[in-house]
Amino acid sequence: MALLNVENLSVSFVTRNGTNKAVDNVSFAVEERQITAIIGESGSGKSVSCYAILGLVPTPPGRIDNGNAHFLGQDLLALSEAELRAIRGRDIAMIFQDPMTCLNPFMKIGDQLIEPLTLHEDLAKGPARERAMALLAEVGIWHPQAAMSAFPHEFSGGMRQRVMIAMALINEPKLLIADEPTTALDVTIQAQILKLIAELQTKRDIGVLFISHDLAVVSDIADKIVVMEKGKVVESGQPKSIFEHPQHPYTQKLLAAIPSGQKTADTVAPDPLIRIEHLRTWFTATAGAEPVKAVDDVSLEIHRGEVLGLVGESGSGKSTLGRSILRLVPITDGQMTFEGTALSSLKGHKLKQFRHRMQMIFQDPYASLNPRMTVYDTLAEPLLLHGMVNKAGLDQAIRELMDNVGLARAFVRKYPHEFSGGQRQRIAIGRALATRPEFIVADEPVSALDVTIQAQILGLLADLTKEYGLTMLFISHDLAVIRQIADRIAVMYRGKLVEKGSTAQVFESPRQDYTRSLLAAIPGSNPV
Amino acid sequence: MLRFILIRILQALPVIFVVITATFFLVRSAPGGPFDQEKVVIPEVKKALEAQYRLDLPLHEQYIAYLGDLAHGDLGPSFKYPGRSVNEILFAGLPVTAELGLYALIIALCIGVTAGVFASLRPNTAQDYVPMSLAMIGICMPSFLLGPLLVLVFGIWLDWLPITGWGDIPGDKILPAVTLGSAYAAYIARLSRAGMLEILSQDYIRTARAKGLPEWRVVIQHALRGGLTPVIAFLGPAFAGLLAGSFVVETIFQIPGLGRFYVQAAFNRDYTMILGTTVFLSSLIVFFNLVSDIIAAWLNPRLRHQFQGGRS
Repeated sequence: MALLNVENLSVSFVTRNGTNKAVDNVSFAVEERQITAIIGESGSGKSVSCYAILGLVPTPPGRIDNGNAHFLGQDLLALSEAELRAIRGRDIAMIFQDPMTCLNPFMKIGDQLIEPLTLHEDLAKGPARERAMALLAEVGIWHPQAAMSAFPHEFSGGMRQRVMIAMALINEPKLLIADEPTTALDVTIQAQILKLIAELQTKRDIGVLFISHDLAVVSDIADKIVVMEKGKVVESGQPKSIFEHPQHPYTQKLLAAIPSGQKTADTVAPDPLIRIEHLRTWFTATAGAEPVKAVDDVSLEIHRGEVLGLVGESGSGKSTLGRSILRLVPITDGQMTFEGTALSSLKGHKLKQFRHRMQMIFQDPYASLNPRMTVYDTLAEPLLLHGMVNKAGLDQAIRELMDNVGLARAFVRKYPHEFSGGQRQRIAIGRALATRPEFIVADEPVSALDVTIQAQILGLLADLTKEYGLTMLFISHDLAVIRQIADRIAVMYRGKLVEKGSTAQVFESPRQDYTRSLLAAIPGSNPV
Repeated sequence: MLRFILIRILQALPVIFVVITATFFLVRSAPGGPFDQEKVVIPEVKKALEAQYRLDLPLHEQYIAYLGDLAHGDLGPSFKYPGRSVNEILFAGLPVTAELGLYALIIALCIGVTAGVFASLRPNTAQDYVPMSLAMIGICMPSFLLGPLLVLVFGIWLDWLPITGWGDIPGDKILPAVTLGSAYAAYIARLSRAGMLEILSQDYIRTARAKGLPEWRVVIQHALRGGLTPVIAFLGPAFAGLLAGSFVVETIFQIPGLGRFYVQAAFNRDYTMILGTTVFLSSLIVFFNLVSDIIAAWLNPRLRHQFQGGRS
């Protein structure tokens, strides 16, 4: 008998524009002492299914149409809110995607941790704190005592996710639901958290329902995989059979989208377009305080026509380096030249003239586009600002841009919220290309996207680089993505450049320990 | 912490200086003077009076002399109430106005926060629309309309409450406080609703629900603190506004507070009284803004350690 058995679950959302079936007749089971993974893109209904069985889908607009979910002999969907509350946090616990936003910023870690204990087990504060500290130590928090009286903002993302895990496990639940628990984390931290979840699962003998959009991530830990598309289960089975003999076309597509392979290095004659010498970008928070050395003595050349992959974890200074080159942040010290022109000393009008030759694509296509501007306006702005076209040629230029980035011309009057993430990133790429730049800084352009969309955008970027003869600094924390698109790789760690070399060389014979640890953390590198 | 307060006070000084200068010259540019009365004063007497109050000096010298007095905390003698200084009159009226303002603020908070939180729990239903529509009416209704209306209903028709005075008959403080507080209650209701709605959609609220907490604990323990931050930031300006804006209510209910002197001073061209009250009230506004900023920052753990020095 399975620990959790969901049968024929259907959930809809009733909105003014009609009823939208988010989950359509879905059945799956979580066995005791096993990790079951649900895989699917955003909007596939994977999270909604899990929230629905715990009564966490707000109704209205949500509505559970039919189905049952048997857990320990009772149908969760037939329980009252009060009965369900007694199960939530005690027998079934959850961890969520974004540890930065899932902890209450106004409450001390300790108070948040013991809440489920005092609530469900009626434990006094003292013993509850003892247990919380023991658990914090178990999930790898170094100073449990200090951590108890700290606030969430004092912890990094990875540490907060450990706290979330401790909070979920504190009542010794029988089932742990993990909703994209590593998606918001760096690749090395992701590897640590995955390992921790797998260890805790074995040690405590619990069932885990692991939700993810990333097949590579679950390949290392799952005992069973359920693939969802558009609210339906399209395939399920052992990881081995899913990876080796995917039956459904969607599963095949997902597998194909896992970034793999390596760019066949073009034989680019090393012709430095950008030369950076001893660049320092320091930030001083308050006068007299120790400056944050975001970029500290970095020297680098970017060759004409190449894609240089810049790798590092959050906080390594890779984004600051990109922004420094574009002169979007004030630099502290050092020299930068662009085709022999000293970039670092350009000012005012001269700098503005230079801007159209260097553009940037940002990580979050949801935040980087002005929500009150149509696609037309977004693309027209740089074209007119830099005098690329006159009013008469504007429509034509915008149509060409939309064709080039693969957006239907009919979308031209739509606003960003009417597009999906991938389409928005296409708009952002179009905006960057509008001024016919020679150099582009792409700052994590695919990390906010689903795997299949990610593959499309990477393909588009590779094509456009050739077509426009672009030079690109491609910033990412994801080595698998970098490997697919970059000619050369530079690795940053704590503001310093620790390694650079051709993609093949860095992957096959990394010289630094840090690079080796990054490589080892790539998900899917050691499948079960 | 001390540094923060010091910087804020230094920032406030130019503001108050501009207020003084603008008021000084505006008041002087208005036609008429403190000794232009219906009954004719003999020119010699008028001249003597003007000399006594330094009105015979050129304007810029008067200005500099006034600033000099102000630096010693002396707001000068009143022109209208001979023998009393502006300082005396202000400190006589302040306790009454402050008491009225405090009651009004307490009423505004109790009604406003309750209504706002209540509305935010079921957005876009009757539970939301009814209190929010009332709040809108509260904002739109000026106190010179609401005051007489309350007097009519509770004072005359129902005959429950006294309609004038301050501290003379039990219960005579209720109507003025309600009249003064209602507009602020409405603002606070809207602020708390918006703040709560934002916090209730946060991920950590979902975490709290996933723990199995009952809804009232989710709201009170997890949502309220963040949701009421905008209200706390508003309290300082609100209290200053209550003090400065109470003159209408004080006039309606015949309350001997600051506001009535302020209005009278403007009619009488009582230069020092107008200036003194303005300087005093603008300093209060600056002060209460500072206090509410400090409280709001103190309640936010991410900002708190700025005060404790160290980590940023």
